[in-house]
Amino acid sequence: MANGTTLGSSARISREIPHSVSPGLWALAWKRLKSDHVGMVSLAIVVAFVAMMIASGLGLIARDWAKETGVNYAPPSFIGADIEGGTPAAPIAPSAPAVEYKTEVVDPLADALAEIKGEKKAAEAGAPAAGDSGKSVDPLADVMADIRKDAKGAAPEVAEARSPTLPLGGDKWGRDVLKKTIKGSETSIFVGLAAAAVATLLGTLFGAAAGYYGKWVDDAFNWFYSVFNSIPYLLLILAVAAVLQQKGTLTIILILGLTGWTGTFRLIRGEYLKHKAREYVQAADAIGASNLRRMFVHIFPNVSHVVLVQLSIYTVGFIKAEVILSFLGFGVPVDVVSWGSMLNEAQNELILGKWWQLAAAGTAMAVLVTAFSLFTDALRDALDPKLKGLAGA
Amino acid sequence: MTAYIIRRLWQMVPTMLGVILLVFVLFNWVGGDPAYVLAGKISNQEQIDNIRRQLGVDQPIWVQLWIFIKQVLTGDFGASWSTNEKVSSILATRLGPSLTVLVPLLILDTLFAIGLALAVAYVRGSLTDRLVMIVCTIGLSISVLVYIIVFQYFFAYKLGWFPVQGWGNSFRENLFVFSALPILIGLAVAIAPNLRLYRTFFLDEINQDYVRTARAKGLSENRIMWIHVLRNASIPIITHLMAGLPGLLLGAFLIERFFSIPGIGREVILAVERSDFPVIKALTVYVAFATMASNLLADLMYKAADPRVQLK
Repeated sequence: MANGTTLGSSARISREIPHSVSPGLWALAWKRLKSDHVGMVSLAIVVAFVAMMIASGLGLIARDWAKETGVNYAPPSFIGADIEGGTPAAPIAPSAPAVEYKTEVVDPLADALAEIKGEKKAAEAGAPAAGDSGKSVDPLADVMADIRKDAKGAAPEVAEARSPTLPLGGDKWGRDVLKKTIKGSETSIFVGLAAAAVATLLGTLFGAAAGYYGKWVDDAFNWFYSVFNSIPYLLLILAVAAVLQQKGTLTIILILGLTGWTGTFRLIRGEYLKHKAREYVQAADAIGASNLRRMFVHIFPNVSHVVLVQLSIYTVGFIKAEVILSFLGFGVPVDVVSWGSMLNEAQNELILGKWWQLAAAGTAMAVLVTAFSLFTDALRDALDPKLKGLAGA
Repeated sequence: MTAYIIRRLWQMVPTMLGVILLVFVLFNWVGGDPAYVLAGKISNQEQIDNIRRQLGVDQPIWVQLWIFIKQVLTGDFGASWSTNEKVSSILATRLGPSLTVLVPLLILDTLFAIGLALAVAYVRGSLTDRLVMIVCTIGLSISVLVYIIVFQYFFAYKLGWFPVQGWGNSFRENLFVFSALPILIGLAVAIAPNLRLYRTFFLDEINQDYVRTARAKGLSENRIMWIHVLRNASIPIITHLMAGLPGLLLGAFLIERFFSIPGIGREVILAVERSDFPVIKALTVYVAFATMASNLLADLMYKAADPRVQLK
């Protein structure tokens, strides 16, 4: 890659004299990363998630996540298969219609069965019965029947059209958990990436200014840094969330980004302190490069690997933070689905034995975060081999 | 030593002023007119003027700032906006439950994490080491929320080993009955990252020359690991522990919320939900001060742990 850029036209020449030009930092790093199998696999997973986010954002997939395609709490297909067959395979089947939520439900199948029976009855008897038969199963059934009537006009039709199982199950309203998870990943990953971009940008600008100019600029930014750093992070986020009244994706990106820049600031400041005394910066000064040019054209490429690793670290942290904030209700608004809001719903569902939404959101997040952290480690090793062994070994 | 402490305390003053200023700007400017937040929807102009006078927001900005500084210095933040309880008494009564959960958690977590990390560092590179690291990495990636939801459901709701939530009146009951599951969850969440971190600290030490020397003069492996390596690795461990210490004042937000423990963390969440500014303001300022104090304490502890450290 670097050969091509420096030699202009031909890759053929570089093949003939392979050592004529040393490959650049990025080419070397990419080569190191490619030989790191764990890093490549995790990169692939991260890329897959980001692709999913983009596709979902463009409306290519999971566009109709809010549509109630299944029955309420439709079980995942892999455990719902024998229910679909019609013969009750579960041992508790005879007592199924009498199952109430107050009693402790041992088998999730029993519930599913009860519900499907309820739904079948509802389909036979029409709309008014749907409310009654649902009552024994779901305390909110009445309300929901109303909502459904309001929303769709004719309730019986909807009940007929619903499928008893969904790939990863359904939620309280029968929405497809798989689609919700995809849509949730869109929110969570986008917030994570965007907030990380804001935080890294601020940290880099502040750190560059403090490290490069020194003197009172450095003092001022250091003061600012110590002020932000002395307030525990989560408390700072919550305080800002309390103040900013309107909820929204943009708000949460700002909250996380504006409070999170301190880590990058410290690192970048150190790098700029180190670099500004180097010969190449003096040389740039000698040929009349301005301060800004020296900071961002000459020094920045030499610290950009630090920035990239920071970006990656932040993304992981902010995805986790967004999930917690949305769970608490301080994050994205209620009409936007995120992994955090899914976990919030799942918390109540679990007591009813409906574990699939919890499993889907929890697993999706765990896979992404694991992959992203492993990728971050690999990226750091590839960009800064001197550090290798310090963290991983 | 005394001179050092005095100088450090003096250096804290600008940061403290900064924290006060930040909180002031956040809650008096960014948050809009506090009177409107407090008055809510059912407000006429007269009420709002009244509230503005009570809060002092009709005064010029520097007078307001002075009022706030006086509040910080005297510890009198007035009454909570939502419950009318005095903020100082809220903080005082909520601290106990938070500490009941967090102090045992911190002690157990540190002991387990150090012990396990030493063991894993000792067999570094082996299959055990790798397996433990893989488990830690995955464990780290699972949301805290999932741990809490699943543990609470499984151990408390399903198996009934612990109360699902609640808080009693006697300390014994609180510690051994109501705090048990929260502490268990806290351990599950905290050990993985700490184990990973401490392991790297130990690995940095384990290849040093003094370890070889100690081995050469015939010391037992136990003594080498527990005395020599642990002592030398203690500085970064202390830094890490002290950084987490102010968290004791904050409580564990999520755990307290899930288990209805009347601690400070739950109070913070409630205050944010109710826009109860005095409570958040007081907490933010005091926890920031506590953080600075524990940073100083950490530096003093380095000296105790490692006589080579020069305090300057």
